[in-house]
Amino acid sequence: MTEVMPKGKLYESQKLALLYFWVALALFGAQILFGLLAAWQYLDPGFLYGKLNFMTNRMLHINAMIVWLLLGFMGGVYWFLPLELGREVVGIRLARFAFFTLVAAVGVVVLVYLLVQYGPGNAFTLWFITEGREYIEAPRWADLGIVAVMAIFLYNVVATALKAKRITGVVAVLMFDLVALAGLYTAGMHYTPNISMDQYFWWWVVHLWVEATWEVLVGSIMAMALMHLLGTPRRIVETWLYLEVALVFGTGILGLGHHYFWIGTPEYWLGLGGFFSALEPIPLVAMVVHAVYDAGMHRMQTVNQPALFWAIAQAFGNFIGAGVWGFMQTLPQINLYSHGTQLAPAHGHLAFFGAYVTAILTVIYMALHQVRRADWPRFDSKLWKWAFVLMVVSIFGMSAAMTVAGFTQTMVERAIGGSTWQAYIEAQTHPWFQNGMVWRFVFGVFFLVSYLVLLWDLATIGKGRAAQAKGVGAHD
Amino acid sequence: MEIGWIETTIGALFATAILTLWLSRGSGWLEPRFWRNAAWVSALIMTGILVYLTIDSLNQIREGSARVPAYTVINKAIGLKRDYEKHRDIPVIGDEVGFFGRTWSEEEAYALVNKGKLTLQSRNCMDCHTLLGNGAYFAPDLTRAWLDPKWENMVMSMTGKATKEEAMAEWLQHPDRYPTFARRMPNLHLSEEEARALVAFLKWMSAIDTNGFPDRFAGVQ
Repeated sequence: MTEVMPKGKLYESQKLALLYFWVALALFGAQILFGLLAAWQYLDPGFLYGKLNFMTNRMLHINAMIVWLLLGFMGGVYWFLPLELGREVVGIRLARFAFFTLVAAVGVVVLVYLLVQYGPGNAFTLWFITEGREYIEAPRWADLGIVAVMAIFLYNVVATALKAKRITGVVAVLMFDLVALAGLYTAGMHYTPNISMDQYFWWWVVHLWVEATWEVLVGSIMAMALMHLLGTPRRIVETWLYLEVALVFGTGILGLGHHYFWIGTPEYWLGLGGFFSALEPIPLVAMVVHAVYDAGMHRMQTVNQPALFWAIAQAFGNFIGAGVWGFMQTLPQINLYSHGTQLAPAHGHLAFFGAYVTAILTVIYMALHQVRRADWPRFDSKLWKWAFVLMVVSIFGMSAAMTVAGFTQTMVERAIGGSTWQAYIEAQTHPWFQNGMVWRFVFGVFFLVSYLVLLWDLATIGKGRAAQAKGVGAHD
Repeated sequence: MEIGWIETTIGALFATAILTLWLSRGSGWLEPRFWRNAAWVSALIMTGILVYLTIDSLNQIREGSARVPAYTVINKAIGLKRDYEKHRDIPVIGDEVGFFGRTWSEEEAYALVNKGKLTLQSRNCMDCHTLLGNGAYFAPDLTRAWLDPKWENMVMSMTGKATKEEAMAEWLQHPDRYPTFARRMPNLHLSEEEARALVAFLKWMSAIDTNGFPDRFAGVQ
């Protein structure tokens, strides 16, 4: 391990990371709020009809998610990078500037989404209101801003490594991955009337971000986290990271083909996409094996209990959400009927939570340990367990409800009904589907409660007398 | 021999394995060096194949290709038929029937479909509907919307329009007036020009060969 800062002292880069984390958590709240509004509109379609339509709530729900996860990742990198390289991040003022610019830009985009919502069918709308392409709805000006912020971020990582004259395996993977990540985003900025070509490159952003470059980014962050959390030797962590990169890129890049089954692209994608995406769970299994081994070695005890549990949840969540729920519908023979049903969000919710939310929470708890109680041998509280259990239960509840609804659609609308407008209505009004939507909302409310408990714990852990006694007393 | 997806898959995996083993000769498979080699070899090989297939795919989905029709397809009758060899539905492009009572030249058809696509994005259709199965799930899939029987069975009489395209354009301008179930589409204030352009886009999209998705649309025979 590299040089350790004196206890209680933070690098400037780490102070900046805390800002990233708090804004990320606020946007996490926005994501939940707009998700609940959209979920309620399934139950009461008249709710906010014509004022704040489903499409707007849904856009805010998924866009808030993308931005807060990105902020969380950037915070994670700014937190660990100085520890990894043993020096302050080079362009710290630039990084601060990028942070405030990004936050201001997000504010403007959200206000436009809420107040303007949509525009006339011309280039102006695409540049200044919305591009109207799921996940990358952000108007073109904001796209350019995101690329600029990513470029600054990349520059900071590279320049710091050069200045430190030290490129670790983790940092090398990180740099390579960030180049791919920033580059891929530009694939989503072209306009074409040809919907097949539009979706071809749209997936370069949506899939190759989420199922390749984000997985590797989060892998690098978790690698740095595990070295500090469990004291795992660098040699082991880096070997696992390389293995993960080999498997994620080896399966995920051509696994992209599972989005090219039905968009007009040639038939060979049915085979290629089916085969490679079926292999995509393999790296996720490898991570579960590693997590079980680590947790056993440490008998579920470490310097930071909440971070350890969220790290284990990350390995399992990634495997179950991304791996199992993804595999469930990835073969073309099944996907022909399940594509575009509630099975997709069932998988999406579980996968994003399992792979990414948990990782960011791990890092935030580790950061709070250093910030608040660097002298504690063991960072712990009572409350985090409630947030942890309730959050995991409610995300599974939501996903289970959507899975039932999705199977109903697959059967009633697709397999039997012939996929028409009327068949859609029949599936949507089917009691199995409607029960699914009710339970999705109920678990959504639980999720909101667990978020509030989590926030309360993050705000208070390591503070106050009770916590102090517990932390010190837990030394063993 | 024609190179298909199985040959590509086996070739990619073999090439990755052999190149990794060759580059890592001298080190055991548990050493970091082995997996570092595996990481960049697999990233490079898979990216290379993706780039090659992208060039091929883009050629095959150019408008006017066998898979994605020219925009002038809006002048033609469009249907689906079952290909019993492949067991999937394929679009059939029929005779010239006109669109909104006239024939559209190549430039006019392009301009119209292009306007339709801009309208589609500006109204954020994808955050309720799916297109080619991608989007949100609050409203029906639009892949074959032009071919949906409901326009003729219900919407033409609802709107009192004589043709399907006119009924669709009218419905799109005032979806709040013509509910089909509890969930109504909101009025997104489409102009008549935008509504017609959007209908043209939907008609064009319904003629794309999607490898049979969605299966047996409206019970295709």
